[in-house]
Amino acid sequence: MSEIPATAVASYPGAAVGDYIQILKPRVMSLVVFTGFVGLVVAPGHLHPVLAAVAVLCIAVGAGSSGAINMWYDRDIDAVMRRTAMRPLPAGRMMPGEALGFGVVLAVGAVAVMGLAVNWVAAQLLALTIAFYVFVYTIWLKRRTPQNIVIGGAAGALPPLIGWAAVTGDVGWGAVALFAIVFFWTPPHFWALSLYRAGEYAAAGVPMLPVVAGARETKRQMLLYTLMLWPATLMPWLLGLAGPWYAVCAGGLSLMFTGAAIRVWRDAGEKSARQMFAFSLLYLFLIFTLLLVDRIGGGLA
Amino acid sequence: MTVGTVVDAKPPNERERRMRARNRALLLLLLALVALFYVVTLVRVSGG
Repeated sequence: MSEIPATAVASYPGAAVGDYIQILKPRVMSLVVFTGFVGLVVAPGHLHPVLAAVAVLCIAVGAGSSGAINMWYDRDIDAVMRRTAMRPLPAGRMMPGEALGFGVVLAVGAVAVMGLAVNWVAAQLLALTIAFYVFVYTIWLKRRTPQNIVIGGAAGALPPLIGWAAVTGDVGWGAVALFAIVFFWTPPHFWALSLYRAGEYAAAGVPMLPVVAGARETKRQMLLYTLMLWPATLMPWLLGLAGPWYAVCAGGLSLMFTGAAIRVWRDAGEKSARQMFAFSLLYLFLIFTLLLVDRIGGGLA
Repeated sequence: MTVGTVVDAKPPNERERRMRARNRALLLLLLALVALFYVVTLVRVSGG
């Protein structure tokens, strides 16, 4: 803290409530909460609605806590990148210690409440998710390898497992299928973004795939991952977790996603990558919505 | 890693306003936690 002038500290007004909300990465949290919620709904068994709401709340707070700790650790590279420069820490609206303390308290609280109110398997998975995101992805991999988001993506894929475990108390094959969908979706999603933000990642020293291996190789791997996504998205149907309508619609969506990857592969510009990034968000949302609708509708066939 | 420099120098009333807002948010959070534990206990005791 010695790098902050004493005069600045004396006049520091403290972070606003909105800054505390911003470091929870609400947009990332919304997707995590949704996939966790779907895991909870499609799992076999029953959970009291109040406990289900608590489980979803804990997943949300756990995701937010890891986002806050991530912003604490990455504040130096966030300051370099245009996309992240106005976050509370690089913009100077919040002290690093505030963000770290807030994140750690939320993480411990979310895991404890999940364990006490729901079950300890879900709590352990939540703790694993937070630890994986903070220690494996943020601290270890992000600045060292272009495979950062491939391995680190496991953290983002765990919430459906947590939701599932909240209901069943264990992890079944259906939960693994949901994990696989998010896991194989993550690389093409993030690489689409990093294709048109490669300059910023390079300036920040983050070895994203387009920075290290070039756009061509990135596009090739994006296409490969969209193909690997096919069996993952069809797994819920093969396992009997979803009906044939799910399989048809998921197949159609995967076809569109693969088409987007082919357009990126052929396109020398950035436009197709931007379109694919936007579509990737819609794709995951729709796949999990299909699972939800299929479950609520009792198979739709 | 470098520590971000705090450059946001606001007048004292701004400091107090933010402090009050944070305190209110913390109060709401604590009340919500109390309500949450109360409801969860009722559900668990009733075998939910």
